[in-house]
Amino acid sequence: MKRLSTFLIYALLILGSLVMFFPFVWMFLTSLKPFAEIFELKVWPQAPTLDNYREVLFKTQFPRWFLNSLVVALITTFSVLFFDSLVGYALAKLRFPGKGLIFVLILSTLMVPTEMLIIPWYVMSTEYGWSNTYWGLLFPGIISAFGVFLMRQFFETLPTDLLDAGRIDGLSEFGVFWRIAFPLVRPALAALGIFTFLGNWNAFLWPLIVVQTANMRTVPVGVALFSSEAGTAWNLIMAASSLAVLPVLLVFLFFQRQIIEGVVLTGVKG
Amino acid sequence: MNRPPEPAKRGVSLATREALWAFAFLAIPLAFFLFIRIWPAFQALWLSLFDWHADPSKRPFVGLEHYEQMLNDRLLLKALQNTLAYTLLGVPLQLLLGLGIALLLNAVTRFRDVFRAIYFAPYVTPAAAIAWVFSWMLSPNFGIVNEILSVFGIPPQPFLTKPSQALATVTMIVVWQNLGFQVVLFLAGLQNIPRDYYEAARIDGASNWQLFRHITFPLLNPVMVFSAVIGTIGFLQLFTQVVNLNFTDQGGPLGSTLTLALYIYQVAFARFELGYAAAITVLLFVIILSITLVQLRLLSRRVEY
Repeated sequence: MKRLSTFLIYALLILGSLVMFFPFVWMFLTSLKPFAEIFELKVWPQAPTLDNYREVLFKTQFPRWFLNSLVVALITTFSVLFFDSLVGYALAKLRFPGKGLIFVLILSTLMVPTEMLIIPWYVMSTEYGWSNTYWGLLFPGIISAFGVFLMRQFFETLPTDLLDAGRIDGLSEFGVFWRIAFPLVRPALAALGIFTFLGNWNAFLWPLIVVQTANMRTVPVGVALFSSEAGTAWNLIMAASSLAVLPVLLVFLFFQRQIIEGVVLTGVKG
Repeated sequence: MNRPPEPAKRGVSLATREALWAFAFLAIPLAFFLFIRIWPAFQALWLSLFDWHADPSKRPFVGLEHYEQMLNDRLLLKALQNTLAYTLLGVPLQLLLGLGIALLLNAVTRFRDVFRAIYFAPYVTPAAAIAWVFSWMLSPNFGIVNEILSVFGIPPQPFLTKPSQALATVTMIVVWQNLGFQVVLFLAGLQNIPRDYYEAARIDGASNWQLFRHITFPLLNPVMVFSAVIGTIGFLQLFTQVVNLNFTDQGGPLGSTLTLALYIYQVAFARFELGYAAAITVLLFVIILSITLVQLRLLSRRVEY
């Protein structure tokens, strides 16, 4: 009885895993097929080829889109990690007038949906000349209210005596933050950093609006507009999709533990 | 002014020093929150009272006209109905499947991390790319999904090309992508429940269903609330998947997959009626805020059992 139910549970889990993983497999297999073969619905490519990748990499601006995504996601991530911990530290460990009000003010921004901000951001960008620039792509994300909240919670757990020891040794307040507190919250930084990177790598709506020329597109926007132009060239679209998905899956594979801990951290204990 | 600081004031100056450091740390972030997050929210409200013109001095004030316009906007009504349908269909499905898979995973000991990673993988991949892959797999003539269905003797389905199936199909894809997030949360919630509770109840002769009903379910409530709220907000803002699943006819066929966020995008950036679009974003804000508040109230009340 017990063995039967265990068997059933594993069977269900494996079936579910197949459903979850199959689209990735199908995407990758299609990306290896020449155009003539993709409508034949054979599972394995009869004449596997890297031509689709060659075409995406050399005949579209994909490498440039990849670079754009990387630049935007990396700068945003470092900026969020630095500023969010700075604010989190101040809110957790320093006394100053208006502290409560500032915290509430920052948290209240979490309730406003992006759609509401996008129209004013667009107006700002056209008036200040930020459209179609890296700054235009990344300015909405350089600091995150959620990250402030997360970092504040972590800094609160640090013992004040430790920070005082640094102050007595003659460190400035920034020195105490940078040399003592910052390195001690590494787990939180890892979770926040990975989520910020993935969020920006995957972002679609704002990059679609702020970018006008093909060379400034990010990967999701680049491939979306390219696939509407490419029509039924599914073999090319699947090669481009693989190139958009693979880096993310690799990041996930490497940082799986931190990512899953990060989700748990924000949802269950938050 | 030129007198040296008196020793008696040292305590005050220390507190001042601390406050000065704090404001130095906060200067740039506060400027960001004020000018990039808070001011634009009010600006959206303000813009919704004007008709759009690129030159700010030529934007005629129309008062609440845009809000009146909404009452007679058939497409807006359609988008609202669809968004509601997405949420009512997607959120419960996501919660049920997430909880179910988490319960299965919690019952096994081997390969748990492997399974969890597989279920979670779609959540981290770009929603746009996911949509492209699915529109390829769901193609009525060349799609692998219909090929698989035919093995079971099921006739080919139109999926995204038929109005009556399109919305449900999009919902399934979004649920597929979000599922891992729910699984991870529920699994962590399950593992936070102390073993002793179950053992004590077992000694009292409780059945499996009673264990679930009286221990697991109530203790998982905070996780459930969080998942439901996050899931609802996500479905109310649905955009990327819809656009990329039907790039030639956004929101189609026949408006059957149109969402509020997509409609806002079309009004603002295809019709360039930014004032009217801003008014619809205010509506979206009000909907999200009220639903979230109601959910938090209703669901968190049951934590006290």
